[in-house]
Amino acid sequence: MRELSLHLLDIAENSVAAGARTIRINVREDLAADRLYLAVQDNGKGMDAATVARVTDPFVTSRTTRKVGLGLPLLKEAAELCRGYLRITSEVGQGTLVEVEFQHSNIDRMPLGDLASTFLTLLISSPEVNWVFHYQVNQQIFFFDDALVKEELQGVPMTEPVILGFLHELLFNGVASVQPVVS
Amino acid sequence: MPTVKSLEDLKKLREEALEKRRVKTASGQVQVIVGMGTCGIAAGARDTMKAILEYIEKESVSGVVVTQTGCIGMCEKEPIVQVVIGEQAKVTYGKVNPETARRIMKEHVGTGAPVSDHVLPV
Repeated sequence: MRELSLHLLDIAENSVAAGARTIRINVREDLAADRLYLAVQDNGKGMDAATVARVTDPFVTSRTTRKVGLGLPLLKEAAELCRGYLRITSEVGQGTLVEVEFQHSNIDRMPLGDLASTFLTLLISSPEVNWVFHYQVNQQIFFFDDALVKEELQGVPMTEPVILGFLHELLFNGVASVQPVVS
Repeated sequence: MPTVKSLEDLKKLREEALEKRRVKTASGQVQVIVGMGTCGIAAGARDTMKAILEYIEKESVSGVVVTQTGCIGMCEKEPIVQVVIGEQAKVTYGKVNPETARRIMKEHVGTGAPVSDHVLPV
């Protein structure tokens, strides 16, 4: 993975597979504290303590097609290489929280990348989930809860071209609005 | 957050979308499925998805359902895109980069002709 937003997409897909009805994604860049924090919280089926302990082992996976699952182990390694950590909190029947943090200025920290495309991909490809995105850079916040949009749409699919265009613009402009202007 | 104004815009767009759906002649529902397992994402599936969504927007293609799936066990062929039209058999494509995705949308979804050089025997 070359972008943290791709790792985010990967982790969020785990939440979808766990049957979550609501998935909250929180991205926080704190330049003063020099930390980049990402979190994915779901209310899916959760994991017991034994599973949580095993899940960052690359030879442990929920998929049946291969014996290897690299998403979590690679993300954990990426964080630890950047004076960071990956933490999983989970409870069976309640849900899971995956938190990962990096030293923001670390030379080995991969770029956050195209966050808006990650948000749009999740929103469109798993419409049965209530997606909540919170992206904060220092004090600037972009917050999006798809419940308002879905309520307004009243069953009209988000893949209708004009609706898709609207959502595309909303997410891209929202993400751009909190990112610092790079000189 | 969607502002009041943007929700008003959405209301109008919803009316527009409903109108377009009424006019479109249905040849059978179109479903496009993009592989979004770790293998798919690492191979570039998000950009493939993005190309498909942009095609839908730009060409105003109504009635396409776009969803995702996990790893189907052919990781070296990712990004994988599957197309199901009406009652027809599912067609699975491998190594679908954004350009190939556009071809699939134009030729297979658009005119019913599968893009044979990327079809995977599943």
